[in-house]
Amino acid sequence: MGKNFKTIDEAVIRFAGDSGDGMQLTGGRFTETTAIVGNDLSTLPDFPAEIRAPAGSLAGVSAFQLKFSSKDIHTPGDKPDVLVAMNPAALKVHQKDVIPGGTIIMNTDAFVKKNLNFAGYDSNPAEDGSLDDYFTIIPIEMNKMVKAACEDLDLNGKLVLRTKNFFALGVLFYMYDRPLDATESWLKKKFAGKDDIIEANTRAMNAGYNYADTTELFTTRFKVEKASLPPGTYRNINGNYATSLGLLAAAEKSGLELFLGSYPITPASDILHTLSAWKHFGVKTFQAEDEIAGVTSAIGAAYTGSLAITTTSGPGIALKGEALGLAIMTELPLVVINVQRGGPSTGLPTKTEQSDLNQALYGRNGEAPMPVIAASTPGDCFFAAYEACRIAVKHMTPVMLLTDGYLANGSEPWNIPNVEELETFEVKFAEKPNADGDFFPYLRDEKTLARPWAIPGTPGLEHRVGGIETAENTGHVSYDPENHHNMVVARQEKVNKVQNDIAQTEVFGEGSGDLLVLSWGGTYGACRSAVETLQENGKKVSHVHVRWISPLPKDLGEILIQFKNILVPEINLGQFLRLIRSEYLVDAKGLNLVRGRPIGAATIVEAVNKTLG
Amino acid sequence: MSETQTTQLTKKDFVSDQSVRWCPGCGDYAILAQAQKQMPTFGRKKEDIVFVSGIGCSSRFPYYMDTYGFHSIHGRAPAVATGVKIANPELSVWVVTGDGDGLSIGGNHFMHALRRNMDLNVLLFNNRIYGLTKGQYSPTSEVGKVTKATPYGSIDIPLNPPSLALGAQATFVARTIDRWQKHLAEMMDRAYNHDGGSFIEIYQNCNIFNDGAFEEYTGSQKLDNVIELKNGQPMLFAKETKGLKLEGAKAVVVDMEKHSLDEILVHDETNLELAQIISNWTSNPDLPEPIGVIYSIDKPTYNQDMVDQIKHAKDKKGSGKVQDLLNAGDTWKVS
Repeated sequence: MGKNFKTIDEAVIRFAGDSGDGMQLTGGRFTETTAIVGNDLSTLPDFPAEIRAPAGSLAGVSAFQLKFSSKDIHTPGDKPDVLVAMNPAALKVHQKDVIPGGTIIMNTDAFVKKNLNFAGYDSNPAEDGSLDDYFTIIPIEMNKMVKAACEDLDLNGKLVLRTKNFFALGVLFYMYDRPLDATESWLKKKFAGKDDIIEANTRAMNAGYNYADTTELFTTRFKVEKASLPPGTYRNINGNYATSLGLLAAAEKSGLELFLGSYPITPASDILHTLSAWKHFGVKTFQAEDEIAGVTSAIGAAYTGSLAITTTSGPGIALKGEALGLAIMTELPLVVINVQRGGPSTGLPTKTEQSDLNQALYGRNGEAPMPVIAASTPGDCFFAAYEACRIAVKHMTPVMLLTDGYLANGSEPWNIPNVEELETFEVKFAEKPNADGDFFPYLRDEKTLARPWAIPGTPGLEHRVGGIETAENTGHVSYDPENHHNMVVARQEKVNKVQNDIAQTEVFGEGSGDLLVLSWGGTYGACRSAVETLQENGKKVSHVHVRWISPLPKDLGEILIQFKNILVPEINLGQFLRLIRSEYLVDAKGLNLVRGRPIGAATIVEAVNKTLG
Repeated sequence: MSETQTTQLTKKDFVSDQSVRWCPGCGDYAILAQAQKQMPTFGRKKEDIVFVSGIGCSSRFPYYMDTYGFHSIHGRAPAVATGVKIANPELSVWVVTGDGDGLSIGGNHFMHALRRNMDLNVLLFNNRIYGLTKGQYSPTSEVGKVTKATPYGSIDIPLNPPSLALGAQATFVARTIDRWQKHLAEMMDRAYNHDGGSFIEIYQNCNIFNDGAFEEYTGSQKLDNVIELKNGQPMLFAKETKGLKLEGAKAVVVDMEKHSLDEILVHDETNLELAQIISNWTSNPDLPEPIGVIYSIDKPTYNQDMVDQIKHAKDKKGSGKVQDLLNAGDTWKVS
């Protein structure tokens, strides 16, 4: 209709509405379509802990942010260009984030007195002009529109109104020139057998698209070209799904049976759900009576020769602490996954945080070291989970894998790996006595210090393990002082030996300079984006992202001293920072924001510029 | 209950090289000896037997059995054993626990392992005291018990293990006594041959911290206030001079000189209501203490159902390949 196309590099959009408005689903559909179109993308779902807070309340606002780009991007964006606000509460909560001059699309049918009061508005922002100086306001009567579109369908009014999120989706598809067919076929699959629901949603989406096309609401449409990503076959993936796939790949490559002992907890439960559906892969999942049974059943399975996993979030790790000591003492392979969330206590169950690092490193009684690895992106959860399994089995030790709510629920396009190309993963169970006709369950491998893995059912290797200190080699109960010291040292040494098995540190940028941004875990994307921006602006800034936090890579100390400043952005009060300062005696500084959401790249750029003066 | 042993093992084969460190005179010795004696009779290879325990005096048990063994942490043995059994359902898995370990700190795991009918044999050594921590009252200690932690007497109401097990949907519930060697052996045999979760409460004496724990029932002579339950048999005790009869749901003791046998309650192991009535006779001064198999029925086991579900899924969908899952869904090519 004579509208101009403007090609842009990237856009950030945010859908916000009531918990019942289907914002996560709408965001998910826009994400899938955007992935198919070939943009790089990154998402940030943001939903309340309550399943259904009172309709129209500020607490009940659910949002989904998505950044998509023709370039390689690393974050879901800081500030949205476009906000879709399905009700006044959504506007109230999210309007302050929209970039100056950005677009706000409102469902004005929801801007009625009751909802306005609920959100704390004295007058209607859709009508009073209060936002007009700052944003492009696009008011749409979405309820009315979907009612008209579905007029002749034999569907009750409530169900018709539920399609308004698809109307909004249609508007955005028009605005950013996305095809509708993928969503149409998705609707057919999702609601198979419910033809009227399929029809209503399809009509609502098309109505939104056509409405945007025929009205004069938009003067410009936007084109975001395909991103030039490395060649390969891509799919969209979120962190929890990638973690599940990584575990399964490890089981297949090692030939071990996968066992998961787990207790439901946000935001980790999806891993339990996903693995439970994979029975035809021989996966055994056990929903335990509590967190402790989750980990102890996994320890029992590990003793019996399974690739044993337990999944949880921070509070669950607290409950599992004693059992992790048992896994360390019995030197059994176990992968413990902490999908971190806001803490302490119940904290912010649906929000992200990096505040369980100290817990992962130190949260057990006694000298109880275990390797700790952290995933950096949703897709990286696959590789981190695989590597955690490989190290656990090779070194006969529990391994903690840290992901977080942002990685778990966020998604990105992912270059699908070839399972055959993953690092080999061999397992050898002990079959014969290893000490002059005797079997010593704690006779260590010279290289790794791992003990043999002898599983029940193996004749002649009957032995006992337990949480009491064991004698070197024989594994008998021992209270001998010298032996205890030696075993404490050996368990630490064994973890240190993992250093020989992990990748060298990569420096993004020059090997020396004015400032190094040092990150771990889910802040990878924001740090990388910030450093790219800084480098483009001619700053001598580099980025190092640490994957293994215990043990730290051998070469890290050498790298750190090449920089005049070190900045460690973290979503905690400086847990990694203190480790780095104590380990390497460098004067690193922290950037610490603990708001339950990712640190924005712009915030990091600002902090670096401030440091550099 | 799969493979049988070709060469006959003896008790000696099940004695480990570790010296036993219970207090002299402890009831645990008798239970250990009986277990070592009983194992060869099952005809199982000893590498297919796993003993799992928690923490407490009884939980040292696995160290003394020359089988696979796991001395885990306080209260968690049923959960560790659950992982063992799921990982390899062919193993014969035994849980050794005590009244503190199994019913207090580990009460949750105890209850859920039984509810799932996980094929574990749970031996609960009940001595009504915390022995390893040197004498505090336990969840089965009687009201008024004076211990270091209760100098004015315990005000806790003790729980009744068989009632708890029945409430948790256990499919095999029995009680025996450390000194009743033959009976103990018989109960272990019944537990082993029960396909599903088996629970045996063993009245056990702690001669250091709670000597005479169950003295009123466990004298070397079978006492008149104990009834040995036998499936299909009338409930007679005190050398058959007394019998039990139901009045509604309430049992009353009758003199057999004045009553005929056909008035007497007949034990039926498969009757849950009856099992609940019997288990409630525990510690009732007006009724004999019930010993023997209180309840035993067959129900599908968790471990077998999991095997079946996996087989069914594989039959239906074919064994999965990770690469297919990776490539599934909406994908696109970048060249």
